[in-house]
Amino acid sequence: MTRPSLTSDESFRTLTAKMKHYEVEILDAKTKDKLCFLDKVEPNATIGEIKSMFHKSHPQWYPARQSIRLDPKGKSLKDEDVLQHLPVGTTATFYFRDLGAQISWVTVFLTEYAGPLLLYLMFYFRVPFIYAPKYDFTTSKHWVVHLACMCHSFHYLKRLLETLFVHRFSHGTMPLRNIFKNCTYYWGFAAWMAYYINHPLYTPPTIYGEQQVRMALVLFLFCQIGNFSIHIALRNLRPPGSKTRKIPYPTKNPFTWIFLLVSCPNYTYELGSWLGFTLMTQCLPVAFFTAVGFIQMTVWAKGKHRSYLKEFRDYPPLRSPILPFIL
Amino acid sequence: MASTEEDGSVEEKENNNKKRTKSAIAVAWLTFYNIAMTAGWLVLAMAMIRFYIQRGTHKGLYKSIARTLKFFQTIALLEVVHCAIGIVRTSVIVTGVQVCSRIFMVWFITNSIKQIQNEESVILFLVVWTVTEITRYSFYTFNLLNHLPYFIKWARYNMFIIMYPLGVVGELMTIYAALPYVRKTGMLSMRLPNKYNVSFDYYYFLIIVMLSYIPLFPQLYFHMLRQRRKVLLGEIIVEKDE
Repeated sequence: MTRPSLTSDESFRTLTAKMKHYEVEILDAKTKDKLCFLDKVEPNATIGEIKSMFHKSHPQWYPARQSIRLDPKGKSLKDEDVLQHLPVGTTATFYFRDLGAQISWVTVFLTEYAGPLLLYLMFYFRVPFIYAPKYDFTTSKHWVVHLACMCHSFHYLKRLLETLFVHRFSHGTMPLRNIFKNCTYYWGFAAWMAYYINHPLYTPPTIYGEQQVRMALVLFLFCQIGNFSIHIALRNLRPPGSKTRKIPYPTKNPFTWIFLLVSCPNYTYELGSWLGFTLMTQCLPVAFFTAVGFIQMTVWAKGKHRSYLKEFRDYPPLRSPILPFIL
Repeated sequence: MASTEEDGSVEEKENNNKKRTKSAIAVAWLTFYNIAMTAGWLVLAMAMIRFYIQRGTHKGLYKSIARTLKFFQTIALLEVVHCAIGIVRTSVIVTGVQVCSRIFMVWFITNSIKQIQNEESVILFLVVWTVTEITRYSFYTFNLLNHLPYFIKWARYNMFIIMYPLGVVGELMTIYAALPYVRKTGMLSMRLPNKYNVSFDYYYFLIIVMLSYIPLFPQLYFHMLRQRRKVLLGEIIVEKDE
Protein backbone atom coordinates (compact mmCIF):
# COMPACT_ATOMS: atom_id res chain seq x y z
CA MET A 1 0.00 0.00 0.00
CA THR A 2 1.56 3.30 -1.00
CA ARG A 3 1.56 6.14 1.45
CA PRO A 4 -0.45 9.09 0.09
CA SER A 5 2.11 11.81 -0.84
CA LEU A 6 1.87 15.11 1.02
CA THR A 7 -0.25 17.80 -0.58
CA SER A 8 1.54 21.04 -1.41
CA ASP A 9 -0.24 22.70 1.50
CA GLU A 10 1.02 20.14 3.98
CA SER A 11 4.55 20.26 2.61
CA PHE A 12 4.58 24.03 3.01
CA ARG A 13 3.47 23.79 6.58
CA THR A 14 6.10 21.16 7.31
CA LEU A 15 8.74 23.36 5.77
CA THR A 16 7.83 26.47 7.74
CA ALA A 17 7.70 24.49 10.95
CA LYS A 18 11.31 23.65 10.30
CA MET A 19 12.29 27.32 9.59
CA LYS A 20 13.66 29.27 12.47
CA HIS A 21 11.82 32.26 13.75
CA TYR A 22 13.64 35.55 13.92
CA GLU A 23 14.12 37.77 16.90
CA VAL A 24 13.86 41.48 16.23
CA GLU A 25 15.13 44.23 18.49
CA ILE A 26 14.43 47.85 17.75
CA LEU A 27 16.76 50.53 19.08
CA ASP A 28 16.40 54.28 19.09
CA ALA A 29 18.66 55.63 16.32
CA LYS A 30 19.90 58.54 18.41
CA THR A 31 20.13 57.24 21.96
CA LYS A 32 20.55 53.53 21.07
CA ASP A 33 18.04 52.68 23.83
CA LYS A 34 16.29 49.36 23.40
CA LEU A 35 12.75 50.30 22.55
CA CYS A 36 11.20 46.99 21.65
CA PHE A 37 11.98 43.31 21.49
CA LEU A 38 9.94 41.00 19.30
CA ASP A 39 10.46 37.29 19.37
CA LYS A 40 9.02 34.60 17.15
CA VAL A 41 8.90 36.83 14.10
CA GLU A 42 8.17 35.01 10.86
CA PRO A 43 11.08 35.05 8.40
CA ASN A 44 8.73 36.24 5.68
CA ALA A 45 7.42 39.11 7.79
CA THR A 46 7.60 42.47 6.09
CA ILE A 47 8.89 45.69 7.59
CA GLY A 48 5.30 46.92 7.45
CA GLU A 49 4.22 44.06 9.69
CA ILE A 50 7.10 44.71 12.08
CA LYS A 51 6.02 48.35 12.23
CA SER A 52 2.52 47.25 13.23
CA MET A 53 3.98 45.08 15.98
CA PHE A 54 6.14 47.97 17.18
CA HIS A 55 3.08 50.20 17.17
CA LYS A 56 1.35 47.83 19.61
CA SER A 57 4.04 48.37 22.23
CA HIS A 58 4.37 52.09 21.49
CA PRO A 59 0.87 53.29 20.56
CA GLN A 60 1.98 56.89 20.04
CA TRP A 61 4.17 55.88 17.09
CA TYR A 62 1.77 54.70 14.43
CA PRO A 63 3.45 52.91 11.50
CA ALA A 64 3.36 55.93 9.18
CA ARG A 65 5.65 57.91 11.46
CA GLN A 66 8.17 55.10 11.96
CA SER A 67 11.41 55.11 10.06
CA ILE A 68 13.10 51.74 10.43
CA ARG A 69 16.62 51.34 9.18
CA LEU A 70 19.53 48.92 9.39
CA ASP A 71 21.96 51.67 10.25
CA PRO A 72 21.24 54.66 12.54
CA LYS A 73 22.25 57.05 9.78
CA GLY A 74 21.12 54.93 6.84
CA LYS A 75 18.15 55.05 4.54
CA SER A 76 14.71 53.98 5.67
CA LEU A 77 13.68 50.46 4.86
CA LYS A 78 10.59 50.02 2.74
CA ASP A 79 7.38 48.55 4.10
CA GLU A 80 7.54 45.82 1.45
CA ASP A 81 11.04 44.64 2.41
CA VAL A 82 10.98 41.08 3.73
CA LEU A 83 12.89 40.21 6.91
CA GLN A 84 14.68 37.14 5.59
CA HIS A 85 15.91 39.00 2.50
CA LEU A 86 17.61 41.69 4.55
CA PRO A 87 21.30 41.46 5.51
CA VAL A 88 20.52 40.51 9.11
CA GLY A 89 21.14 37.47 11.28
CA THR A 90 18.34 35.56 13.00
CA THR A 91 18.52 38.23 15.69
CA ALA A 92 17.93 41.39 13.71
CA THR A 93 18.73 44.83 15.04
CA PHE A 94 16.87 47.76 13.59
CA TYR A 95 17.10 51.44 14.37
CA PHE A 96 14.04 53.62 14.79
CA ARG A 97 13.58 57.28 13.99
CA ASP A 98 10.40 59.20 14.66
CA LEU A 99 9.35 61.03 11.51
CA GLY A 100 6.99 63.27 13.45
CA ALA A 101 3.26 63.59 13.08
CA GLN A 102 2.16 62.49 9.63
CA ILE A 103 -0.74 63.37 7.44
CA SER A 104 -1.94 61.55 4.36
CA TRP A 105 -1.04 62.87 0.91
CA VAL A 106 -4.70 62.71 -0.10
CA THR A 107 -5.75 64.91 2.82
CA VAL A 108 -3.05 67.47 2.04
CA PHE A 109 -3.90 67.59 -1.65
CA LEU A 110 -7.62 67.93 -1.03
CA THR A 111 -7.12 70.73 1.48
CA GLU A 112 -4.56 72.66 -0.53
CA TYR A 113 -6.71 72.51 -3.69
CA ALA A 114 -10.11 73.17 -2.10
CA GLY A 115 -8.79 76.48 -0.70
CA PRO A 116 -8.01 78.16 -4.03
CA LEU A 117 -11.25 76.90 -5.54
CA LEU A 118 -13.37 78.46 -2.80
CA LEU A 119 -11.26 81.56 -2.18
CA TYR A 120 -11.27 82.58 -5.84
CA LEU A 121 -15.04 82.26 -5.96
CA MET A 122 -15.35 84.50 -2.92
CA PHE A 123 -13.43 87.20 -4.76
CA TYR A 124 -15.35 86.55 -7.98
CA PHE A 125 -18.68 87.06 -6.27
CA ARG A 126 -17.24 90.07 -4.44
CA VAL A 127 -18.18 88.90 -1.01
CA PRO A 128 -18.25 91.84 1.52
CA PHE A 129 -15.10 93.17 3.26
CA ILE A 130 -12.83 92.58 0.27
CA TYR A 131 -13.57 95.54 -1.98
CA ALA A 132 -15.32 98.84 -1.23
CA PRO A 133 -18.89 98.24 0.06
CA LYS A 134 -20.51 99.70 -3.04
CA TYR A 135 -19.13 96.73 -5.03
CA ASP A 136 -20.46 93.98 -2.74
CA PHE A 137 -22.02 91.14 -4.70
CA THR A 138 -21.64 92.97 -8.00
CA THR A 139 -20.28 91.24 -11.09
CA SER A 140 -17.53 92.36 -13.44
CA LYS A 141 -18.51 93.82 -16.77
CA HIS A 142 -15.53 92.17 -18.52
CA TRP A 143 -16.22 88.77 -20.09
CA VAL A 144 -12.57 87.75 -19.61
CA VAL A 145 -13.13 87.90 -15.84
CA HIS A 146 -15.95 85.35 -16.12
CA LEU A 147 -13.79 83.22 -18.39
CA ALA A 148 -10.88 83.40 -15.94
CA CYS A 149 -13.13 82.28 -13.10
CA MET A 150 -14.31 79.30 -15.11
CA CYS A 151 -10.76 78.32 -16.04
CA HIS A 152 -9.39 78.71 -12.51
CA SER A 153 -12.29 76.78 -10.99
CA PHE A 154 -12.07 74.07 -13.64
CA HIS A 155 -8.35 73.69 -12.98
CA TYR A 156 -8.72 73.13 -9.25
CA LEU A 157 -11.80 70.96 -9.63
CA LYS A 158 -9.81 68.80 -12.01
CA ARG A 159 -7.02 68.57 -9.44
CA LEU A 160 -9.44 67.55 -6.70
CA LEU A 161 -11.00 64.84 -8.85
CA GLU A 162 -7.61 63.58 -9.95
CA THR A 163 -6.55 63.33 -6.31
CA LEU A 164 -9.60 61.24 -5.53
CA PHE A 165 -9.78 59.04 -8.64
CA VAL A 166 -6.65 59.16 -10.74
CA HIS A 167 -3.40 59.50 -8.82
CA ARG A 168 -1.65 56.46 -7.34
CA PHE A 169 0.59 57.78 -4.58
CA SER A 170 3.99 56.26 -3.81
CA HIS A 171 3.84 57.38 -0.23
CA GLY A 172 0.87 57.30 2.10
CA THR A 173 1.87 60.20 4.32
CA MET A 174 4.05 63.27 4.65
CA PRO A 175 5.10 65.33 7.70
CA LEU A 176 2.21 67.26 9.23
CA ARG A 177 3.88 70.67 8.97
CA ASN A 178 3.78 70.36 5.18
CA ILE A 179 0.06 71.02 5.15
CA PHE A 180 0.64 74.46 6.67
CA LYS A 181 3.43 75.27 4.25
CA ASN A 182 1.50 74.05 1.22
CA CYS A 183 -1.79 75.68 2.11
CA THR A 184 -0.08 79.01 2.77
CA TYR A 185 1.47 78.80 -0.70
CA TYR A 186 -1.64 77.76 -2.64
CA TRP A 187 -4.21 79.74 -0.68
CA GLY A 188 -2.01 82.83 -0.43
CA PHE A 189 -1.29 83.01 -4.14
CA ALA A 190 -4.90 82.20 -5.05
CA ALA A 191 -6.18 85.07 -2.91
CA TRP A 192 -3.53 87.43 -4.28
CA MET A 193 -4.39 86.62 -7.90
CA ALA A 194 -8.13 86.56 -7.37
CA TYR A 195 -8.07 89.96 -5.66
CA TYR A 196 -6.74 91.68 -8.76
CA ILE A 197 -8.54 89.73 -11.46
CA ASN A 198 -11.92 90.32 -9.83
CA HIS A 199 -11.17 93.88 -8.76
CA PRO A 200 -13.65 96.55 -9.89
CA LEU A 201 -10.68 98.43 -11.40
CA TYR A 202 -9.38 95.39 -13.31
CA THR A 203 -8.03 96.17 -16.80
CA PRO A 204 -8.58 93.43 -19.42
CA PRO A 205 -5.65 92.52 -21.71
CA THR A 206 -4.56 95.53 -23.69
CA ILE A 207 -1.59 94.30 -25.72
CA TYR A 208 -3.51 92.17 -28.22
CA GLY A 209 -6.96 92.42 -26.72
CA GLU A 210 -9.52 89.79 -27.56
CA GLN A 211 -7.17 87.79 -29.75
CA GLN A 212 -4.78 87.46 -26.81
CA VAL A 213 -7.53 86.11 -24.61
CA ARG A 214 -8.65 83.60 -27.24
CA MET A 215 -5.18 82.26 -27.87
CA ALA A 216 -4.54 82.09 -24.13
CA LEU A 217 -7.72 80.06 -23.70
CA VAL A 218 -6.67 77.63 -26.42
CA LEU A 219 -3.26 77.20 -24.78
CA PHE A 220 -4.89 76.72 -21.38
CA LEU A 221 -7.36 74.07 -22.57
CA PHE A 222 -4.75 72.26 -24.65
CA CYS A 223 -2.47 72.00 -21.62
CA GLN A 224 -5.27 70.97 -19.28
CA ILE A 225 -6.11 68.05 -21.57
CA GLY A 226 -2.41 67.29 -21.94
CA ASN A 227 -1.83 67.32 -18.19
CA PHE A 228 -4.83 65.02 -17.65
CA SER A 229 -3.61 62.65 -20.36
CA ILE A 230 -0.25 62.35 -18.67
CA HIS A 231 -1.86 61.67 -15.30
CA ILE A 232 -3.92 58.88 -16.84
CA ALA A 233 -0.89 57.45 -18.61
CA LEU A 234 1.12 57.45 -15.36
CA ARG A 235 -1.77 55.84 -13.51
CA ASN A 236 -1.94 53.06 -16.06
CA LEU A 237 1.74 52.31 -15.54
CA ARG A 238 0.99 51.19 -12.05
CA PRO A 239 -1.41 48.40 -11.09
CA PRO A 240 -3.88 49.31 -8.32
CA GLY A 241 -2.37 49.28 -4.85
CA SER A 242 1.16 48.82 -6.10
CA LYS A 243 4.15 51.09 -5.89
CA THR A 244 6.00 49.84 -8.96
CA ARG A 245 8.00 52.22 -11.07
CA LYS A 246 8.23 51.88 -14.83
CA ILE A 247 9.47 54.09 -17.65
CA PRO A 248 6.51 56.00 -19.11
CA TYR A 249 6.17 55.80 -22.90
CA PRO A 250 3.94 57.55 -25.47
CA THR A 251 0.55 55.90 -25.89
CA LYS A 252 -2.06 56.18 -28.61
CA ASN A 253 -3.11 59.51 -27.11
CA PRO A 254 -1.25 62.27 -29.05
CA PHE A 255 -0.97 64.33 -25.89
CA THR A 256 1.39 61.69 -24.49
CA TRP A 257 3.75 61.81 -27.46
CA ILE A 258 5.63 64.50 -25.57
CA PHE A 259 7.10 61.61 -23.52
CA LEU A 260 9.54 61.24 -26.42
CA LEU A 261 11.20 64.49 -25.42
CA VAL A 262 10.41 65.05 -21.76
CA SER A 263 10.55 62.99 -18.54
CA CYS A 264 7.86 64.91 -16.65
CA PRO A 265 5.40 66.25 -19.23
CA ASN A 266 2.77 66.73 -16.55
CA TYR A 267 4.88 69.63 -15.32
CA THR A 268 5.43 70.89 -18.85
CA TYR A 269 1.69 71.00 -19.45
CA GLU A 270 1.11 72.58 -16.04
CA LEU A 271 3.51 75.38 -16.95
CA GLY A 272 1.67 75.82 -20.23
CA SER A 273 -1.69 76.06 -18.47
CA TRP A 274 -0.47 78.80 -16.16
CA LEU A 275 1.24 80.66 -18.99
CA GLY A 276 -2.13 80.58 -20.71
CA PHE A 277 -3.85 81.88 -17.61
CA THR A 278 -1.25 84.66 -17.28
CA LEU A 279 -1.80 85.80 -20.86
CA MET A 280 -5.55 85.55 -20.45
CA THR A 281 -5.68 87.75 -17.37
CA GLN A 282 -2.59 89.90 -17.99
CA CYS A 283 -2.08 90.03 -14.26
CA LEU A 284 1.39 90.32 -12.73
CA PRO A 285 0.63 88.23 -9.61
CA VAL A 286 -0.39 85.37 -11.93
CA ALA A 287 2.96 85.74 -13.71
CA PHE A 288 4.72 85.50 -10.36
CA PHE A 289 2.77 82.41 -9.40
CA THR A 290 3.63 80.83 -12.75
CA ALA A 291 7.31 81.66 -12.29
CA VAL A 292 7.51 80.31 -8.75
CA GLY A 293 5.62 77.16 -9.73
CA PHE A 294 7.91 76.67 -12.70
CA ILE A 295 11.00 76.87 -10.50
CA GLN A 296 9.60 74.32 -8.05
CA MET A 297 8.45 71.96 -10.82
CA THR A 298 11.84 72.19 -12.49
CA VAL A 299 13.49 71.12 -9.25
CA TRP A 300 11.09 68.15 -8.99
CA ALA A 301 11.48 67.27 -12.68
CA LYS A 302 15.27 67.24 -12.43
CA GLY A 303 15.07 64.99 -9.37
CA LYS A 304 12.65 62.62 -11.06
CA HIS A 305 14.77 62.57 -14.22
CA ARG A 306 17.83 61.70 -12.17
CA SER A 307 15.95 58.87 -10.42
CA TYR A 308 14.82 57.47 -13.75
CA LEU A 309 18.40 57.54 -15.07
CA LYS A 310 19.67 55.83 -11.94
CA GLU A 311 17.01 53.16 -11.86
CA PHE A 312 16.77 52.25 -15.56
CA ARG A 313 19.83 51.45 -17.66
CA ASP A 314 17.85 51.73 -20.88
CA TYR A 315 16.28 55.12 -20.18
CA PRO A 316 15.70 57.05 -23.46
CA PRO A 317 18.61 59.47 -23.85
CA LEU A 318 16.70 62.07 -25.88
CA ARG A 319 14.55 63.14 -22.94
CA SER A 320 14.99 66.33 -20.91
CA PRO A 321 13.47 66.76 -17.45
CA ILE A 322 10.83 69.41 -18.17
CA LEU A 323 11.46 71.49 -21.32
CA PRO A 324 12.36 69.67 -24.57
CA PHE A 325 16.10 70.08 -25.23
CA ILE A 326 16.35 73.06 -22.91
CA LEU A 327 15.90 72.12 -19.26
CA MET B 1 6.14 76.17 -0.92
CA ALA B 2 4.48 73.05 -2.18
CA SER B 3 5.45 69.67 -0.81
CA THR B 4 8.35 67.67 -2.08
CA GLU B 5 7.66 64.50 -3.94
CA GLU B 6 10.58 62.70 -2.32
CA ASP B 7 10.20 60.77 0.89
CA GLY B 8 11.61 62.07 4.15
CA SER B 9 14.92 60.21 3.98
CA VAL B 10 18.13 62.07 3.23
CA GLU B 11 19.37 61.65 -0.32
CA GLU B 12 22.96 60.61 -0.90
CA LYS B 13 25.11 63.58 -0.07
CA GLU B 14 26.58 64.93 -3.26
CA ASN B 15 28.91 66.93 -1.06
CA ASN B 16 31.24 63.92 -1.12
CA ASN B 17 32.12 64.94 -4.63
CA LYS B 18 32.70 68.63 -3.81
CA LYS B 19 36.40 69.27 -3.56
CA ARG B 20 37.40 70.22 -0.06
CA THR B 21 40.51 72.08 -1.20
CA LYS B 22 39.86 75.34 -3.00
CA SER B 23 41.69 76.12 -6.18
CA ALA B 24 44.62 78.54 -5.94
CA ILE B 25 42.77 81.07 -8.10
CA ALA B 26 39.77 81.02 -5.78
CA VAL B 27 41.97 81.56 -2.73
CA ALA B 28 43.85 84.37 -4.45
CA TRP B 29 40.67 86.08 -5.56
CA LEU B 30 38.98 85.76 -2.16
CA THR B 31 42.08 87.08 -0.40
CA PHE B 32 42.16 90.06 -2.73
CA TYR B 33 38.42 90.62 -2.32
CA ASN B 34 38.53 90.54 1.48
CA ILE B 35 41.57 92.80 1.68
CA ALA B 36 39.87 95.25 -0.66
CA MET B 37 36.67 95.24 1.37
CA THR B 38 38.57 95.66 4.66
CA ALA B 39 40.35 98.63 3.13
CA GLY B 40 37.10 100.07 1.79
CA TRP B 41 35.33 100.00 5.13
CA LEU B 42 38.45 101.39 6.84
CA VAL B 43 38.33 104.30 4.40
CA LEU B 44 34.69 104.82 5.31
CA ALA B 45 35.55 104.75 9.00
CA MET B 46 38.31 107.30 8.52
CA ALA B 47 36.06 109.59 6.46
CA MET B 48 33.34 109.47 9.10
CA ILE B 49 35.76 110.19 11.96
CA ARG B 50 37.42 112.99 10.04
CA PHE B 51 34.07 114.59 9.17
CA TYR B 52 32.94 114.55 12.76
CA ILE B 53 36.22 115.92 14.10
CA GLN B 54 36.28 118.72 11.52
CA ARG B 55 32.59 119.68 11.60
CA GLY B 56 31.59 118.68 15.11
CA THR B 57 28.18 117.56 13.89
CA HIS B 58 26.71 114.55 12.14
CA LYS B 59 24.61 116.68 9.81
CA GLY B 60 25.81 116.19 6.26
CA LEU B 61 27.98 113.21 7.26
CA TYR B 62 25.90 110.72 5.30
CA LYS B 63 26.05 112.84 2.18
CA SER B 64 29.83 113.08 2.39
CA ILE B 65 30.34 109.31 2.51
CA ALA B 66 27.31 108.27 0.44
CA ARG B 67 29.20 107.38 -2.74
CA THR B 68 31.84 105.28 -0.99
CA LEU B 69 29.20 103.52 1.09
CA LYS B 70 27.06 102.71 -1.95
CA PHE B 71 30.07 101.40 -3.83
CA PHE B 72 31.37 99.04 -1.16
CA GLN B 73 28.01 97.85 0.07
CA THR B 74 26.83 97.06 -3.47
CA ILE B 75 30.03 95.18 -4.33
CA ALA B 76 29.09 92.84 -1.47
CA LEU B 77 26.64 91.23 -3.91
CA LEU B 78 29.66 89.30 -5.11
CA GLU B 79 29.50 87.36 -1.85
CA VAL B 80 26.27 85.77 -3.03
CA VAL B 81 28.06 84.70 -6.21
CA HIS B 82 30.92 83.24 -4.14
CA CYS B 83 28.44 81.02 -2.30
CA ALA B 84 26.60 80.11 -5.49
CA ILE B 85 29.74 78.91 -7.28
CA GLY B 86 30.93 77.14 -4.16
CA ILE B 87 34.18 78.87 -3.33
CA VAL B 88 32.68 79.98 -0.04
CA ARG B 89 30.88 77.32 1.96
CA THR B 90 27.92 79.27 3.25
CA SER B 91 24.27 79.04 2.30
CA VAL B 92 23.40 81.18 -0.72
CA ILE B 93 20.07 82.04 0.84
CA VAL B 94 21.50 83.25 4.17
CA THR B 95 24.12 85.39 2.44
CA GLY B 96 21.53 86.61 -0.04
CA VAL B 97 19.17 87.72 2.70
CA GLN B 98 21.94 89.52 4.58
CA VAL B 99 23.30 91.35 1.54
CA CYS B 100 19.83 92.22 0.28
CA SER B 101 18.83 93.76 3.58
CA ARG B 102 21.93 95.98 3.42
CA ILE B 103 21.28 96.93 -0.20
CA PHE B 104 17.69 97.68 0.74
CA MET B 105 18.72 100.01 3.59
CA VAL B 106 21.27 101.85 1.47
CA TRP B 107 19.43 102.20 -1.84
CA PHE B 108 15.77 102.10 -0.91
CA ILE B 109 15.81 103.99 2.35
CA THR B 110 18.72 106.33 2.98
CA ASN B 111 19.62 107.02 -0.63
CA SER B 112 16.05 107.61 -1.81
CA ILE B 113 14.58 109.52 1.12
CA LYS B 114 16.81 112.55 1.50
CA GLN B 115 14.92 113.99 4.44
CA ILE B 116 16.08 111.30 6.84
CA GLN B 117 19.76 111.40 5.92
CA ASN B 118 20.63 113.55 8.94
CA GLU B 119 18.84 111.39 11.48
CA GLU B 120 20.95 110.13 14.40
CA SER B 121 19.74 106.60 13.76
CA VAL B 122 21.53 106.66 10.38
CA ILE B 123 24.82 107.41 12.10
CA LEU B 124 24.09 104.63 14.56
CA PHE B 125 23.73 101.90 11.99
CA LEU B 126 26.58 103.31 9.86
CA VAL B 127 28.94 103.04 12.83
CA VAL B 128 27.71 99.53 13.62
CA TRP B 129 28.07 98.39 10.01
CA THR B 130 31.55 99.87 9.72
CA VAL B 131 32.84 98.20 12.88
CA THR B 132 31.18 94.89 11.96
CA GLU B 133 32.43 94.83 8.38
CA ILE B 134 36.01 95.77 9.22
CA THR B 135 36.07 92.95 11.77
CA ARG B 136 34.40 90.47 9.45
CA TYR B 137 36.49 91.11 6.36
CA SER B 138 39.78 91.13 8.26
CA PHE B 139 38.71 87.86 9.90
CA TYR B 140 38.15 86.28 6.46
CA THR B 141 41.44 87.74 5.18
CA PHE B 142 43.53 86.36 8.02
CA ASN B 143 41.71 83.03 7.79
CA LEU B 144 42.60 82.72 4.11
CA LEU B 145 46.22 83.59 4.91
CA ASN B 146 46.15 80.97 7.70
CA HIS B 147 47.40 83.49 10.25
CA LEU B 148 44.41 84.42 12.36
CA PRO B 149 45.30 86.60 15.37
CA TYR B 150 43.19 85.62 18.35
CA PHE B 151 41.94 89.16 18.91
CA ILE B 152 40.33 89.23 15.46
CA LYS B 153 38.59 85.95 16.16
CA TRP B 154 37.57 87.29 19.56
CA ALA B 155 36.24 90.49 18.01
CA ARG B 156 34.24 88.69 15.33
CA TYR B 157 32.54 86.41 17.78
CA ASN B 158 31.98 88.90 20.61
CA MET B 159 31.32 92.34 19.12
CA PHE B 160 28.14 91.18 17.48
CA ILE B 161 26.56 90.68 20.89
CA ILE B 162 26.25 94.47 21.19
CA MET B 163 26.55 95.44 17.53
CA TYR B 164 23.64 93.36 16.21
CA PRO B 165 20.99 94.82 18.51
CA LEU B 166 22.37 98.35 18.09
CA GLY B 167 22.34 97.96 14.32
CA VAL B 168 18.75 96.72 14.38
CA VAL B 169 17.71 99.71 16.48
CA GLY B 170 19.44 102.10 14.07
CA GLU B 171 17.84 100.49 11.01
CA LEU B 172 14.35 100.27 12.49
CA MET B 173 14.42 103.87 13.72
CA THR B 174 15.55 105.04 10.28
CA ILE B 175 12.77 103.18 8.48
CA TYR B 176 10.27 104.52 10.99
CA ALA B 177 11.50 108.07 10.41
CA ALA B 178 11.11 107.57 6.67
CA LEU B 179 7.48 106.49 6.83
CA PRO B 180 5.79 109.93 6.73
CA TYR B 181 7.82 110.95 3.67
CA VAL B 182 6.98 107.70 1.89
CA ARG B 183 3.31 108.25 2.60
CA LYS B 184 3.41 111.81 1.36
CA THR B 185 5.26 111.20 -1.90
CA GLY B 186 3.77 107.79 -2.68
CA MET B 187 7.20 106.72 -3.89
CA LEU B 188 7.75 103.27 -5.42
CA SER B 189 4.00 102.66 -5.21
CA MET B 190 1.60 101.60 -7.92
CA ARG B 191 -2.16 101.99 -7.80
CA LEU B 192 -5.03 100.47 -9.72
CA PRO B 193 -6.11 100.65 -12.47
CA ASN B 194 -3.05 99.77 -14.54
CA LYS B 195 -2.39 97.34 -17.35
CA TYR B 196 -0.45 94.86 -15.15
CA ASN B 197 -3.37 94.54 -12.74
CA VAL B 198 -1.22 94.78 -9.66
CA SER B 199 -0.81 97.31 -6.89
CA PHE B 200 1.99 97.99 -4.44
CA ASP B 201 2.06 100.32 -1.48
CA TYR B 202 5.63 101.02 -0.36
CA TYR B 203 4.36 102.46 2.93
CA TYR B 204 2.68 99.21 4.01
CA PHE B 205 5.60 97.26 2.58
CA LEU B 206 7.95 99.11 4.93
CA ILE B 207 5.70 98.36 7.87
CA ILE B 208 5.82 94.66 6.97
CA VAL B 209 9.62 94.89 6.67
CA MET B 210 9.83 96.37 10.14
CA LEU B 211 7.59 93.63 11.54
CA SER B 212 9.70 90.96 9.87
CA TYR B 213 12.64 91.94 12.04
CA ILE B 214 10.74 90.34 14.94
CA PRO B 215 11.05 86.73 13.73
CA LEU B 216 14.26 87.17 11.72
CA PHE B 217 16.57 89.02 14.10
CA PRO B 218 16.40 86.44 16.95
CA GLN B 219 17.19 83.63 14.49
CA LEU B 220 20.31 85.38 13.21
CA TYR B 221 21.33 86.41 16.72
CA PHE B 222 21.01 82.94 18.20
CA HIS B 223 22.77 81.45 15.19
CA MET B 224 25.75 83.70 15.89
CA LEU B 225 25.59 82.84 19.59
CA ARG B 226 25.75 79.15 18.73
CA GLN B 227 28.66 79.75 16.34
CA ARG B 228 30.40 81.64 19.13
CA ARG B 229 30.01 78.77 21.57
CA LYS B 230 31.40 76.34 19.00
CA VAL B 231 34.33 78.45 17.85
CA LEU B 232 35.44 80.29 20.96
CA LEU B 233 34.51 77.88 23.68
CA GLY B 234 35.00 74.66 21.73
CA GLU B 235 31.60 73.37 22.70
CA ILE B 236 30.31 70.47 20.65
CA ILE B 237 26.74 71.27 19.86
CA VAL B 238 24.54 68.38 18.70
CA GLU B 239 22.19 69.77 16.10
CA LYS B 240 18.53 69.03 16.69
CA ASP B 241 17.09 66.70 14.11
CA GLU B 242 13.99 67.93 12.30
